[in-house]
Amino acid sequence: MSTATTTEAQELAPVSAESLAALLVTAERPARPSALSTSLTFGWRAILKIKHVPEQLFDVTAFPIMMVLMYTYLFGGALAGSPEEYIQFLLPGILVMSVVMITMYTGVSVNTDIEKGVFDRFRSLPIWRPSTMVGYLLGDVLRYTIASVVMLVVGLVLGYRPDGGVVGVIAGIALLIVFSFAFSWIWTMFGLMLRSEKSVMGVSMMVIFPLTFLSNVFVDPSTMPGWLQAFVNNSPITHLSSAVRGLMAGDWPGAEIAWTLGWAGLFVLVFGPLTMRLYNRK
Amino acid sequence: MSQHTAGLAIETAGLVKTFGETRAVDGVDLAVPAGTVYGVLGPNGAGKTTTVKMLATLLRPDGGEAHVFGHDIVREADEVRSRVSLTGQYASVDEDLTGTENLVLLGRLLGHGRRTARDRSAQLLAAFGLTDAAGKQVKHYSGGMRRRIDIAASILSTPDLLFLDEPTTGLDPRSRNQVWDIVRAVVAQGTTVLLTTQYLDEADQLASRIAVIDHGKVIAEGTKGELKASVGAGSVHLRLRHAEQRPEAEQVLRLALDADVQPDPDPVALTARLSAAAQDTAAEQAARALGELARSGIVVDNFSLGQPSLDEVFLALTGHDTGTGPGPDTGTGTGTDRTDTDSDSTKDGVAA
Repeated sequence: MSTATTTEAQELAPVSAESLAALLVTAERPARPSALSTSLTFGWRAILKIKHVPEQLFDVTAFPIMMVLMYTYLFGGALAGSPEEYIQFLLPGILVMSVVMITMYTGVSVNTDIEKGVFDRFRSLPIWRPSTMVGYLLGDVLRYTIASVVMLVVGLVLGYRPDGGVVGVIAGIALLIVFSFAFSWIWTMFGLMLRSEKSVMGVSMMVIFPLTFLSNVFVDPSTMPGWLQAFVNNSPITHLSSAVRGLMAGDWPGAEIAWTLGWAGLFVLVFGPLTMRLYNRK
Repeated sequence: MSQHTAGLAIETAGLVKTFGETRAVDGVDLAVPAGTVYGVLGPNGAGKTTTVKMLATLLRPDGGEAHVFGHDIVREADEVRSRVSLTGQYASVDEDLTGTENLVLLGRLLGHGRRTARDRSAQLLAAFGLTDAAGKQVKHYSGGMRRRIDIAASILSTPDLLFLDEPTTGLDPRSRNQVWDIVRAVVAQGTTVLLTTQYLDEADQLASRIAVIDHGKVIAEGTKGELKASVGAGSVHLRLRHAEQRPEAEQVLRLALDADVQPDPDPVALTARLSAAAQDTAAEQAARALGELARSGIVVDNFSLGQPSLDEVFLALTGHDTGTGPGPDTGTGTGTDRTDTDSDSTKDGVAA
């Protein structure tokens, strides 16, 4: 309680027993709130935390800018002749990669939060149990949106011209955010399962790096050896980046969208219950 | 529910929780009458917090059963949750949010409308003397302020049962008194309070019944009067000017008080445990003891009369001390007046 000393010195106003008694008497017990209402309230909590610690937006602003610049100029000349050519292919992919990478911070924030006393209070409330976790993810959806917009703007500055226009771009980003929301349940599970922030980071990296790099984000999988193609072509990240690329290019890649949503549903169905099992037993 | 007894807020039978090899709670039976303050007294690691966590549906018991207002804490956890409120040992509020934000957040989660949540938060903050700090992040609050916001958060919707887990650990004496006033105000409105504490005087001040718990077991239970009678009325602590007079002083005290007299490690100090069965009060007994000593020519430099400390309660009930050591900053030392203000003590004992 080292921070406590700052205000300890000043006099605390006395507790007013009368007004307290009046408050206790007048308190009517409201009806039980809906699952949506409590989830949104927890989402509001996540946004308040961003408001109080805006530095945590660093990973959704500086990091994505760096990703776009780095990979465009690193690979552009070699892979597509010029960075301007390459960014037409790369931007949807790097958008997917960066946002999916950012999802892993969900696990870290769950892990650091869960040990705090406030979690005991949340867990003793008569509310829809998953709403605490859904709240995190709703706050994260805001972060994913910020990251997507930032990257898109950088891409446009560098010469990215999506044929899908505004509608295609918005549809692509929307699909990416839906997928990321579902994918994040993996991290809520690890956040509750692992004992320290560091181990959460470690495990996240182990999952994220191969999953995002072994995909069609940077290059066409047909240039890869057959065994790797088998993995890459079936990776949810490949489906997602194909779908986003297609939508932003003005196509309607139905199969890829269906695959992406299918994977998203699977993540929620598997990792949602696992998360809640851990949450209830914590 | 069949075994539920009317008028009881909490009823447990053989409640057990194990962590690996440790039986943190080892067959606890409690019967807490509704509308009262029930004290659970014990040292760090006795199983108090674990018991509270099970009753608040945060931990699943490994054995036995418990009912809160007739609802099984495992099968009807949701019913239980809608009747109880928990104030943990450490602040159960979000330290990154402001006081107002915390209360509005919880108000919304309890189902209050936006406006009601905001109004009620403002009223509670005012009643708790926190209006000036309402817009500050809780991490900048002092220990006393944290406790207040914590309790305020627990009574946003007046609960039927309020768990207060060591509400005054680490608070200075004045903040402690203010917390006590809050608890009294809450109980006066009909809420049942289950209070865990390491301090006998706190249980004495607030609780009508007390359970003493040690190593996961209830070792004594009863009204304050019953418990005190089993412990003794308190102790007289003396410091003599001349160490060589101590054996004589022991003799005199034993005769005068019919009390158990123990020499302290300090060669000039000794402690006499007063009997609760005596006709006169502890103060009268002490006065008589001083008179006798003066008559025998023993010079007393320093004298104090204390309530039985938790150590003494434990010694009387179990034959061993609390195991927390006699250090002055444990808050349960053998000293007569426990005015410890070490704010760090909240950090220990989380594992209780």
